[in-house]
Amino acid sequence: MSGINRRQFVTLSASALCSLGLVACGGNNDKKQGGSDSANGSVYFLNFKPEADQQWKDLAAKYTEETKVPVKVVTAASDTYAQTFQSEINKDASVAPTLFQTNGPSGLIGVKDYCIDLKGAKILDELTNDALKLQEDGVVYGVDYVEEDYGIIYNKKLLEKAGYKGDDIKDFASLKKVVEDIQARKAELGVKGAFTSAGLDSSSDWRFTTHLANLPLYYEFKDTGNPEAKEIKGTYLPNYKQIFDLYINNATCSPTELSGKTGDDAVAEFVNGDAVFYQNGTWAYNDIKKLGDDALGMIPIYIGVKGEEKQGMCSGGENYWCVSSKADDASQKATLDFIYWCVTSDTATTAIAEEMGFTIPFKNAKATKNALANIAAEYAKKGNESVAWDFIYIPSQEWKNNLSSALKGYAAGTEDWDAVKSAFVDGWKTEKEANA
Amino acid sequence: MAKMLKRWWPLFVLPTALSFLFGFMIPFVQGFYLSFCKFITISDAKPVGLDNYVAAFSDPQFANAFWYTALFALVSTVLINVLALAIALALTRKDLKGTNSFRTVFFMPNLIGGIVLGYIWNILINCALSIVGEQLLALNSTAGFWGMIILTLWQQVGYMMIIYIAGLQSIPSDYLEAARVDGANAWQTLWKVKIPNLMSTITICLFLTVTNGFKLFDQNLALTAGEPKHATEMLALNIYNTFYARQGAKWMGIGQAKAVIFCILVICIVMIQLRATRSREVQQ
Repeated sequence: MSGINRRQFVTLSASALCSLGLVACGGNNDKKQGGSDSANGSVYFLNFKPEADQQWKDLAAKYTEETKVPVKVVTAASDTYAQTFQSEINKDASVAPTLFQTNGPSGLIGVKDYCIDLKGAKILDELTNDALKLQEDGVVYGVDYVEEDYGIIYNKKLLEKAGYKGDDIKDFASLKKVVEDIQARKAELGVKGAFTSAGLDSSSDWRFTTHLANLPLYYEFKDTGNPEAKEIKGTYLPNYKQIFDLYINNATCSPTELSGKTGDDAVAEFVNGDAVFYQNGTWAYNDIKKLGDDALGMIPIYIGVKGEEKQGMCSGGENYWCVSSKADDASQKATLDFIYWCVTSDTATTAIAEEMGFTIPFKNAKATKNALANIAAEYAKKGNESVAWDFIYIPSQEWKNNLSSALKGYAAGTEDWDAVKSAFVDGWKTEKEANA
Repeated sequence: MAKMLKRWWPLFVLPTALSFLFGFMIPFVQGFYLSFCKFITISDAKPVGLDNYVAAFSDPQFANAFWYTALFALVSTVLINVLALAIALALTRKDLKGTNSFRTVFFMPNLIGGIVLGYIWNILINCALSIVGEQLLALNSTAGFWGMIILTLWQQVGYMMIIYIAGLQSIPSDYLEAARVDGANAWQTLWKVKIPNLMSTITICLFLTVTNGFKLFDQNLALTAGEPKHATEMLALNIYNTFYARQGAKWMGIGQAKAVIFCILVICIVMIQLRATRSREVQQ
């Protein structure tokens, strides 16, 4: 304290304290401003899809320009939606999200208390498919704004080079024949394998633990009629094994390497023409459109079930919009207006259909330019039966994680198929109980 | 001077006390309360009594994670400190050229974040494993364990080395000279002079490495993510998975209870360690 006397010290600390106080005041002011906006209602959308972050922000700006209603868009980083939602919704009502997303009945458990009943909202009248309402006990908790499809995407040019057409594949038997033939002639065709690597790294394992697992679940629930079942039998697990074996034994790499392969690896292999087939969905279009629309084809995932020649793509959604019950009335109304505008106006549906590349399941929405979505739509038009997204009934992430571990072990040969069976069937029961 | 300090000390303490209060005490107390509740967000918690603790203690995976973490903390603490001290001794020798650049090089890995390091080492180790024909990390718990040890060593040895260097440099040179005059060899000087005088440094380094070992999370998540089948899941990752791998209010409370148990465990272990090493410290 030699270079500074007492008075100077007091002045300094006083000014330091003042500046602290000012910062605090600044915070208060911001809040007040937020409050005055919400007198007319404002929208805060907590977006789930990182790949569409910028597009949503642009769209929000356009809406604000048109209507003067402030719209804020925040996107949770990949895989952190639950965390972000929990901390955001906990905030003061004037700064908490008014619009958020959930992925279906399982996700609803965590957000149910924060949703308003959407019954009577005009957005529901525009929906083309009533199955896209998220309902429980007569309450409409959410509405899906994106319809997506997945199947086996293929490279038309490579398939033709091998002497086949997409139409040649009508069921599991014909798929197997084509795939094994291509794998046997891979050197001659200049590819590394028939399928891209079925990567079981967490960036890619959902293609098998969620999307591929949907098929045995779908057929089982079709038989039993009860997707909410506490226990499942795994009747179609042999079919799951059959298709998974086909994937891993006819791929660009050896099955033992799969546990380390990522989603990007599979995209790279497909785009570089190292593989002919790639299991993924319409959302992957932006990653692979470099190949050109005329080189892209998609067939349903056939797992060897009777009558599957009439099967279509797996179509559904896991992007349900929910409106926050914590928001004040004005903001709830503003939010409902905003989502109505998103799925009906020319500006918004053009942006969602063309820039984000989604199929919007609403009456007046623009058709998408996504080539894969259009192929899926053709299948549906031909009268093929779409496979519903029953994976939304999967009890927990833990179920998927355990199935992924088992599949890794099976692919690498450290475990047999029984481990997969146990993760699938016994795991269902355990996880259903854990969530109860 | 002393009088002024007596009068004004609250003002000096204020910034630290405030940040401690808001950054630690309040969240800690709130967290403790939440461990007796079920909740989705912290403002609408419903008390459930001791259910969460019962569930946490009866979770075999949590117990596994504890023993695994303890083993990891032990191995990493020993290796980090031995290596850091050895390098510090080498880099404080006066007859060596370029010691400063070596110090920088050893310290650098510490500046990279744990997640990034985890992914980098994940690729490196998987490549090495596939070359020698072993199962990759996701299926190989032995490789996972040693992979995490290597990664932690790589990251922390440099940091501890800096602390040891500072400790070594603060040993008065007349002690070392006296030892030399008395005819002590390098080994004797190390054990009889340097290490006893380093005890306070060792206390700090042990404290840091033990707590780091127990709290390890980023590296665990990025390198092995607990695979295969939770076999390489450490305590912090187990708590994280309890929170987010399942849906519903119940799991948040159980995760919170585990976090409280975890905190108390780490505090106890560190207290024992501090007591043990402090008693060996000498006054210069």
